[in-house]
Amino acid sequence: MATASVASHSAHDHDHDHEHKENFITKYIFTIDHKMIGKQFLVTGIFWALIGGFLSILFRLQLGFPDMDLTFLKPLLGGWIDDGGKLDPNFYLALVTMHGTIMVFFVLTAGLSGTFSNFLIPLQIGARDMASGFMNMLSYWFFFISGVIMFISLFLENGPAGGGWVVYPPLSALEQAIPGSGMGMTLWLIAMTFFIASSLLGGINYISTVINLRTKGMSFSRLPLTIWAFFLTAVIGLLSFPVLFAAALLLVFDRSFGTSFYLSDIYISGEGALPNTGGSPVLYQHLFWFLGHPEVYIVLLPALGITSEVIATNSRKPIFGYKAMIISMLGITILSFVVWAHHMFVSGMNPFLGSIFMFLTLIIAIPSAVKVFNYLTTLWRGNLIFTPGMLFSIGLVSFFISGGLTGIFLGNSAIDIQLHDTYFVVAHFHLVMGSASFFGLMAGVYHWFPKMFGRMMDARLGYVHFWLTFVGVYLVFFPMHYIGIAGFPRRYYSFTTYDFSSAYTDLNMFVSVAAIITFAAQFIFLFNFFYSMYRGRKASLNPWRSTTLEWTTPLHPGHGNWPGEIPAVYRWPYDYSKPGANEDFIPQTVPLSATPESNLPHEQELVKLEKEIIAEEGEVLVANESKES
Amino acid sequence: MYGFLIAVGVLFLLSIIWMVYRIQTLVSVVKGSDKKIASSSNKVNAILFIVFLLAGGALMFWYSIKEFDNYTLPLASEHGAVTDNLFWITMAVTGVVFIITHILLFWFPYKYQYDEKRTATFYPDNNKLEVIWTIVPAFVLALLVIGGWKAWSDITAPAPENSEVVELMGYQFAWEVRYPGMDNVLGNYDYRLINEVNNMSGVDFSDKNALDDFSSPVVYIPKGEPVLFKIRARDVLHSVFAPHMRLKMDAVPGMPTRFWFTPTLTTEEMRVELGNDEFDYEIACTEICGRGHFSMKKIIKVVTPEEFKKWKAEQKPYIVNNPALVENLSVELKELADITISEHK
Ligand code: HEM
Ligand SMILES: [Cu+2]
Ligand SMILES: [Cu+2]
Repeated sequence: MATASVASHSAHDHDHDHEHKENFITKYIFTIDHKMIGKQFLVTGIFWALIGGFLSILFRLQLGFPDMDLTFLKPLLGGWIDDGGKLDPNFYLALVTMHGTIMVFFVLTAGLSGTFSNFLIPLQIGARDMASGFMNMLSYWFFFISGVIMFISLFLENGPAGGGWVVYPPLSALEQAIPGSGMGMTLWLIAMTFFIASSLLGGINYISTVINLRTKGMSFSRLPLTIWAFFLTAVIGLLSFPVLFAAALLLVFDRSFGTSFYLSDIYISGEGALPNTGGSPVLYQHLFWFLGHPEVYIVLLPALGITSEVIATNSRKPIFGYKAMIISMLGITILSFVVWAHHMFVSGMNPFLGSIFMFLTLIIAIPSAVKVFNYLTTLWRGNLIFTPGMLFSIGLVSFFISGGLTGIFLGNSAIDIQLHDTYFVVAHFHLVMGSASFFGLMAGVYHWFPKMFGRMMDARLGYVHFWLTFVGVYLVFFPMHYIGIAGFPRRYYSFTTYDFSSAYTDLNMFVSVAAIITFAAQFIFLFNFFYSMYRGRKASLNPWRSTTLEWTTPLHPGHGNWPGEIPAVYRWPYDYSKPGANEDFIPQTVPLSATPESNLPHEQELVKLEKEIIAEEGEVLVANESKES
Repeated sequence: MYGFLIAVGVLFLLSIIWMVYRIQTLVSVVKGSDKKIASSSNKVNAILFIVFLLAGGALMFWYSIKEFDNYTLPLASEHGAVTDNLFWITMAVTGVVFIITHILLFWFPYKYQYDEKRTATFYPDNNKLEVIWTIVPAFVLALLVIGGWKAWSDITAPAPENSEVVELMGYQFAWEVRYPGMDNVLGNYDYRLINEVNNMSGVDFSDKNALDDFSSPVVYIPKGEPVLFKIRARDVLHSVFAPHMRLKMDAVPGMPTRFWFTPTLTTEEMRVELGNDEFDYEIACTEICGRGHFSMKKIIKVVTPEEFKKWKAEQKPYIVNNPALVENLSVELKELADITISEHK
């Protein structure tokens, strides 16, 4: 290992000298620099977040103001607004579907993992780049193609896919059942295929990079929790996305080649009986949720990793229970594969399975609880600095608690009978998955912006953005618990058909207004982001006085990250406010032998080992120099 | 017009943001506060957390109490009492956790906000604490699960022999209701026999159990007796949701499902209880099924067992309304059918 990494270091050093010859295309478009790819994912993710958010505003208008005349949207939506100024119910479903798909996959999977796994893994483990820069580039461009296809589907005459983001067959298989299941669904499937390929390419890269390219001294027990989170996320993705591909492939067969994997005993009004027999729609649900549940952790774990890092740094305290955090993430990783059928308690599957999955589901709540307690203890007796990143991290913990607790209701199959597919579920997953992960993304952007662009984002705009968004999210999603308990079903175009759901028009209106304001508040962020990119205050090298490796790179790291040797690592990443130390943080690159005043007893013993490493390092340096001259 | 107004609004908003932004950057540069580790905003943010805690908490309690009767649905089934109970127990347990964790989460930022003179406590781990907060939640969750498991097993146990059977078939976008008639056995069906003129559910009349089957525009069921819903779908997924019965089960093409329950209050009784003469039990669809997903309404009428018997005896089987259905049957079955028809004349 040692020799291999030495060899690759010097090879890379060599590349360096030619770096200036990069042109616009290789630098900004078909780049293989992980930092630029991370930024590509980020900007694309932001683009999709705007689209996804905008779609939700459209359907919130319908829900909050069902009598409103939407004729003014005609220039944009054309035939989907009828002559009376009403939104078409089919298009309502298409909006919901596209909103879900975009947010879950494009924004919170690609936008979050794609951005920060790419940007941070090499920087924080001390590597020149990803294991395969080329695959990494492909990963982005597959995502890009996927996005283009999905985008085109928005403009089809029959509309984009409309069967919900879970696209359950038979609805998604039968064009006769809903117009979105025609070309729109075809494009959805093609786009998702590209997306899966992109995720797998990215995931393989993240995993192999973390395993193979850690700098000297960076053992697994010294990895920042961000890296642990990205690593485990990639493992989950690698194991679950192929199953989604299988599910989608069988759906393609059913749609286009007359097979009956999911179809059976179907009669179409006005057309007659279809020949398919023997298929099972429930099979699709099993396959889908085998990805679907892990997916929620694919979305959430990176956010939790980012939060751990940001909270520790800005509390000026080690993250409490580093090992416990890793163990809970490992627990979540494993358990996330054995709880999927809690989405299917009333799908008609064997009730005995329901019992099993209820037990397994509530087990997964335990590591989640441990993480929350550890965050709280990290804040306890810290010395807290409320950077925007820190604010968003605290917000994340709040959402994680609120949404996680409602999971305990839903994971209980007896209670889920009533709550399943109501707004209670919508409230649950928007808090725990949607908002929590979104806040993780924001925390990450505010925290690592100086590393990405060498400039600071404006803190005060950040505060305003945080408070508007934090309050806004609660005002949007908290009320949904009430209407969920009252039994309002999800994916309803209108609630007035039923007596039991005809109340709460006022609350729905309130939610819609809150949603619009929250959405508008994101423009403060957009402004701050793009303005600071060019005109922000110049950042110092380590603006948050953080311990991790990325802050030892130059302000604008080139391709290869460190101009000279990659620094070695001598300690874990959480030496904040160590008793006896001069400063309230000790970077990972500071040898233990240099800090006798603050070493703990067991660390004092490691000093000897460390001296050997440093000596070896010296030899390598000398050897390299003689080679080059 | 709207477009113009929106554009003006957006421009206006942007220019305000721009101005505020410029002014405060200049101010902070003048004050030199951009050099400090924690600016004066630190205190403001810390206080805002407390404000949020108090205001948010107050709002939550106020609304939850004020609206209690509106968001809790009246209950009309036996098992529903059990699941409601579980719901509120879980609410109590998680509610306490919710409140305590949030008090800590927002109070710590205030208490431990940055102070140059202080250093944070170096407190990297404590295995005892970790063990405690692994085991306590595990124990509490285990209790909750056991309650849920018991209820779930009872609810999903096979229906009692004497249950009144009702078949609900979902299609785009309505429910077709079929009763088994006096023999209490539903006749076979086959989706290939569906015919939208006179055989919506594809009943197979060559099965003699089908001869007395009848359809109804409303789901009639007796109070106090077990009722078994046999559920299926003929085109896409649907889901039977009877909110007042705390009942939900997907309707799956090709895979019949079921749910049994015992209603506890007749529609009349519920009307009196709620003081609402218009009240009706409703069935909604809760699995996305297309354009009309939000409008697959069916009414359930819960009546006394006597009324139910009487109602049932009055209903006319499919074949009485539509003798053509049995034209092509074998001689033997035709005789049986003729008997049924004459009985209902
Ligand atoms: C405390 C741990 C959790 C438990 C016990 C739990 C339980 C559940 C259950 C049982 C459902 C299905 C409810 C239904 O459809 O009737 C559900 C839905 C959902 N959960 Fe969770 N959950 C937990 C945490 C999470 C986390 C951490 C995320 C995301 C990061 C998440 C995201 C979702 C999503 C997206 C859905 C909705 C899926 C859909 O039907 O469209 N959950 N959760
Ligand atoms: Cu799940
Ligand atoms: Cu339906």
